[in-house]
Amino acid sequence: MNTPQRALPKLAVVKLASCDGCQLTLLNCEDELLALAGQVEIAHFLEASSVVRPGPYDLTLVEGSVTTADDALRIRRIRAESRHLVTIGACATAGGIQALRNFADVDEFRRTVYARPDYIDTLATSTPVSAHVDVDFELRGCPIDRGQLLEVITAYLAGRKPDIPDHSVCFDCKRRRTVCVTVAHGTPCLGPVTHAGCGAICPAYGRGCYGCFGPGRSANLPALIPLLRRDGMDEAAVERFLRTFNAAAFDEAAFDEEPRS
Amino acid sequence: MAVTKHGEGTSRGKATARTEATARTEATAVIDRAGLDALIKTLTADGRTVIGPTVRDGAVTLAELDSADALPWGWGTELDAGHYRLVRRTDGAGFAHSSGPQSWKTFLHPQREKLWSAERGPDGALTVRDERGEQPSYAFLGVRPCDLRAIAIQDRVLAGGRFADDGYQERRRGALLIAAECTEPGATCFCVSMQGGPAADAGFDLALTEVISDLGHRFFVRVGSEEGARLLAAVPHEVADMDTEARARGGVSLARDRMGRAMPPVDLRTLLGASPESERWDDLASRCLTCGNCTMVCPTCFCTTTEEVTDLTGDHAERWQRWDSCFDLDFSYVHGGAVRTSARSRHRQWLTHKLSTWHDQFGSSGCVGCGRCVTWCPVGIDLTQEVAALAAEREGADDE
Repeated sequence: MNTPQRALPKLAVVKLASCDGCQLTLLNCEDELLALAGQVEIAHFLEASSVVRPGPYDLTLVEGSVTTADDALRIRRIRAESRHLVTIGACATAGGIQALRNFADVDEFRRTVYARPDYIDTLATSTPVSAHVDVDFELRGCPIDRGQLLEVITAYLAGRKPDIPDHSVCFDCKRRRTVCVTVAHGTPCLGPVTHAGCGAICPAYGRGCYGCFGPGRSANLPALIPLLRRDGMDEAAVERFLRTFNAAAFDEAAFDEEPRS
Repeated sequence: MAVTKHGEGTSRGKATARTEATARTEATAVIDRAGLDALIKTLTADGRTVIGPTVRDGAVTLAELDSADALPWGWGTELDAGHYRLVRRTDGAGFAHSSGPQSWKTFLHPQREKLWSAERGPDGALTVRDERGEQPSYAFLGVRPCDLRAIAIQDRVLAGGRFADDGYQERRRGALLIAAECTEPGATCFCVSMQGGPAADAGFDLALTEVISDLGHRFFVRVGSEEGARLLAAVPHEVADMDTEARARGGVSLARDRMGRAMPPVDLRTLLGASPESERWDDLASRCLTCGNCTMVCPTCFCTTTEEVTDLTGDHAERWQRWDSCFDLDFSYVHGGAVRTSARSRHRQWLTHKLSTWHDQFGSSGCVGCGRCVTWCPVGIDLTQEVAALAAEREGADDE
């Protein structure tokens, strides 16, 4: 490997409340890891190495949502020492599955689930990183797509905008010649309102998209909900369908007049 | 209707436009199911990739065929706005289905194509390589007359101007088209009201019409080009008998009157051009998912974007062309933001281009009445109804 002429950009990968699956996606880039190590200094990535180099960092990938008072402080510190901060995955971009607490009483959960509720220190909500600090780019998914993660890193290194389309999953179904599961089978599917990026995996196997990438930028949920009802979902099922991975993100999209930027 | 003659006679397989003389003395024949299978085998032996209809995942899709067994024998389709179901037919017909989720642009104008790549050497010098390799030599079996017209439109768009799409042009030149005339229009079909019809009028090498009666299951064949004549000569066939020909022509003729839908008989070019401020667009926007399905299934929608791919080192770059859609917010992105942010403006753009400004740009309508956008719209938006509403609104405004 060539001796670098200049200091390599420093990469940090940090996590808040999450399952680690998104940062694991980076480790799963087996064919590209050596090339990546030649382009960046992996300065902070606990899942890969216990060696931690101090900030500031040029590129920070943040996984997970803010669920504790400590997280809320920590994400501010992380932001302060990051030039370019990218959130990865549904937890970091929308609060994740753990944001289901936002619709319930956390104290009740604490009392019911834990033998010693007083050991549990948590906020009443799980919130995306962008609710706390400025975020330079949000990469969606539960988990994120490996190719998209590499694209975000590659684009950063090249100083260009990442090519991450924010249209619907339908685009990808049509591109891979998947027969529409809603039109041809009457299967409830969130594809028309969901952000592309997964490659339309679920419909390719005959099931409806369950929206793990969250709402696309111009999702028209009020138009889709009657279809979900027609195809057999009652009101509660629709609510569960929309909230599972991205918590309130679909609810918010439902009431947006103009596309969110 | 003008028929593109782009590339005519320059390579094998291009359907030659029939002259008056050949139209009068059109070569015809009859083949049976075994003859159809021989046709596929002959084409394959000639090195062609044969694409035709086959059943997959609950729909008649287009895929590579290696024998006539793969055709959708005994399957029909039940269509409506936002609705598609396969239904069993008792007559065993192989071409009695309506247009499915794909069109031939899937092959002629693929969703993603690598254009070129560039390598940066250790000395910083760039080496650029053309990445459009040799294109497959296709034979399309079962092209509906609406889709023949759609191909003619894409010919004008992608190969008819000063800046031809090289890949499209090469694939198109090499493609042999075997039409299947329409005897079973679907409930979302409206080709007749788009100045088309269920008969293959031009642009084919061979045109088949399926005939099933007590005399057997057979295909009336019309020859549309020299290549088609050569192909027919290579497979077992018989002289067309009067009964088969009469049944074939009669079936197609009856189909004209059985279209499930009709575009209102108004001047679409003028109507759409005069309706940018129509209130109907708001109503439409409230129903439209902006999912882009209509443009993806449309056999004439041709828009692409380019995608620049670099690797982590930045020493290797590739340019790809991929399908895009005017329903994508980024489609109208210019520095600072997208121009068409509302669903209203995007749907209006699509429909106005398709039915009105397409005339200004390419000399014809962009719609052939295949009905795919109606069938495959998840919420069943029906452009014939939208046009009817625009026309009614216009009429109301004129009356005042």
